[in-house]
Amino acid sequence: MIQTLFGSVEQEPGLLERLKAGVQKTRAGLVGRLEETLTGRKQIDPELLEELEFTLIGADIGVKTTAEILDRIRERVDRKLVDDASELRGLIREHLLEILQAAERMPARVEEPPAVVLAVGVNGSGKTTTIGKLAHRYRADNRSVLLCAADTFRAAAIEQLQIWGERTGTEVIRQKPGADPSAVLFDALQAARSRRIDYVIVDTAGRLQTKANLMAELEKMSRTAARVVPSAPHEVLLVMDATTGQNGLEQARRFTETSGVTGIVLTKLDGTAKGGVVIAIARELSLPIRYVGVGEKIDDLLPFDPEKFIESLFAQ
Amino acid sequence: MFENLSEKLQRVFKNLRGEGRLTAANMETALREIRVALLEADVNFRVVKQLIESIREKAMGEEVLTALSPAQQVVKIVNEELVKILGSHQSKLRFANEPPTSMLVVGLQGSGKTTSTGKLARWLSRNGHRPMMVSVDVYRPAAREQLRIVARDVGLPAYDGGAEEKTPLDLARGARREAANTGHDVLLVDTAGRLHIDDELMIELQQLKDLLSPVEILFVADAMTGQDAVRSADEFHKRLGITGVILTKMDGDARGGAALSIRHVTGQPVKFVGLGEKADALEPFHPDRAASRILGMGDILSFIEKAEEAIDKKQAVEIQRKLLDNEFTLEDFRDQLRQLKKLGPLDSILSMMPKVGMLKELKDVKVDENEVTRVVAIIDSMTPGERANHMIINGSRRRRIARGSGTSVQEVNQLLKQYAQARKMMKSLSGGFLGKKLGKFKLPVM
Repeated sequence: MIQTLFGSVEQEPGLLERLKAGVQKTRAGLVGRLEETLTGRKQIDPELLEELEFTLIGADIGVKTTAEILDRIRERVDRKLVDDASELRGLIREHLLEILQAAERMPARVEEPPAVVLAVGVNGSGKTTTIGKLAHRYRADNRSVLLCAADTFRAAAIEQLQIWGERTGTEVIRQKPGADPSAVLFDALQAARSRRIDYVIVDTAGRLQTKANLMAELEKMSRTAARVVPSAPHEVLLVMDATTGQNGLEQARRFTETSGVTGIVLTKLDGTAKGGVVIAIARELSLPIRYVGVGEKIDDLLPFDPEKFIESLFAQ
Repeated sequence: MFENLSEKLQRVFKNLRGEGRLTAANMETALREIRVALLEADVNFRVVKQLIESIREKAMGEEVLTALSPAQQVVKIVNEELVKILGSHQSKLRFANEPPTSMLVVGLQGSGKTTSTGKLARWLSRNGHRPMMVSVDVYRPAAREQLRIVARDVGLPAYDGGAEEKTPLDLARGARREAANTGHDVLLVDTAGRLHIDDELMIELQQLKDLLSPVEILFVADAMTGQDAVRSADEFHKRLGITGVILTKMDGDARGGAALSIRHVTGQPVKFVGLGEKADALEPFHPDRAASRILGMGDILSFIEKAEEAIDKKQAVEIQRKLLDNEFTLEDFRDQLRQLKKLGPLDSILSMMPKVGMLKELKDVKVDENEVTRVVAIIDSMTPGERANHMIINGSRRRRIARGSGTSVQEVNQLLKQYAQARKMMKSLSGGFLGKKLGKFKLPVM
């Protein structure tokens, strides 16, 4: 049986609308200020460029990426390719899109189920909630799903996942708090194999990327997964809070080093935060963004599409 | 990691001719570097702009101090400016005249409210109070269960609520009654995480505030927050009037520029920082340390304080003497390792160190606590004679030591090699940070 990790990729009706609604505030912020910046002024002068710089930095896109964009603009202005401020938006959009598209990667093919999806990230980024929503997506796609409660550390983490299991009608493989996460994972994968389950989604404890021993624990989990299911984990999702600033880059770097992150889930995009750090991440580490979380409801997890994302950021 | 601001500034001034003094021209270059450093630390861009202006003014008016290089001088000014904004002293919690004092713990989802509530309860109880906790998070799955477990772990009471108490207001009311009846002088109210633009939930917080008249409304903020920190903090402050901030996840490597932004827009002080997942990982906020951290110069003061607590001074002097006289034995090595372990998790120690100069090599060091335990076990398995003179440890002794410590001969070999290296390195350090110079170490560290 051959399946892609995320099942069908057909367009959902109204996807763009929902994405737009979710990032409306993001839009109101970034676009609003871009508009503010770009209208009413025709000439491209240093002041305008500084305003632009602040707008991009204010979206957490980062100093380096912002500088790169501005350099490109300056270059074009110098070569007289652009002299109208209104063309700048298209230029910026194009550049951001390029960065995101260059980082796109197809999800891994799964030769033999179960597909193993590991959710990792720092504390409080929204791993458990994301897993609940992801389970719901797979279930809606008529896939069988098993949840693995490998966050045995945080108080009530297992209970929290259990409640998501009930909401999505998914069984949760669990052990006692304090159990070895790899042991729970082993159990879950054995169970999934014998029952021919399509997806196992693994909840891991939140950890800061500077904790060497906890990062080593993740490595061990990956090894454990590969022992039971060849080529597992098929997907390692780094769950990142959209409010995260420049430390997000360091997070992505360290988690990729130790647990081979294959994609990002950007959560809490329904607030005013822009999540611009994913652009820096895409640029420096070529990590694709798989999903965005836009609320607390069960279906508030949407597939990420660079084009649509930028489009909804810049749509009039 | 980012290049340290002092390194950058040194480079700036080195590249300019006439390194000796601050001029309008080299100052502009320096200011650009400062600006980038602050932005990389996630300080809000508007705050950065204002800061740069006041730093420029200060620096221009500054007398040239002969004792400091221009780079040092600029760092000093920046540091002072940051400390000024962050508050020049620690801000203490306030308490109501008539107990119980209610304190609301508020913030965005995932910022660390429940963990902080537990830590704060423990901190209060260590400081002569009798706190009680209550979770009024009726929304997130297992949120109240989480506080119950946290409370059990710190051995302090959490109000469970009666069967008919279903809403946050009912729970808060019941908890306050219970706290008053059972003689608890502080009630910590752990609220649900919410977005600052969620009108309904913000109104709920205002109702809780009206009901409890809390003396403290503590805004819990994640140290990793980016530019959005100003918006959420500002909105919480406008609607509730926060009285202080708890900055969490400071045990990571985020520079914590959000602290500066939040303080700047709300005017309210950071009162505590969260430094780990354990119940005792909460410390009062030190503006000076936060400032040097934002500038990427490490939290050297915290490190020194911890070191002073953990390290026996007399022993340190003795070790230093031994090092100089080349008498540093494996036994001393073991003592050093044990002291190092007393400092706390090693990676959190390393994160406090400035990433400069000699210590630069440390930044990529991966610290494995178990490794230290193994090394201590190996030394424990040696005879006193072997510890005093490692030269006598031959092949058969190595095999015996490996068996005794449950390790392998390779590991024993490795340790002996490391020991020889350490002996060499410590001699060159000649007690630098472990020795008697400890107390005199001062910022700015250049």
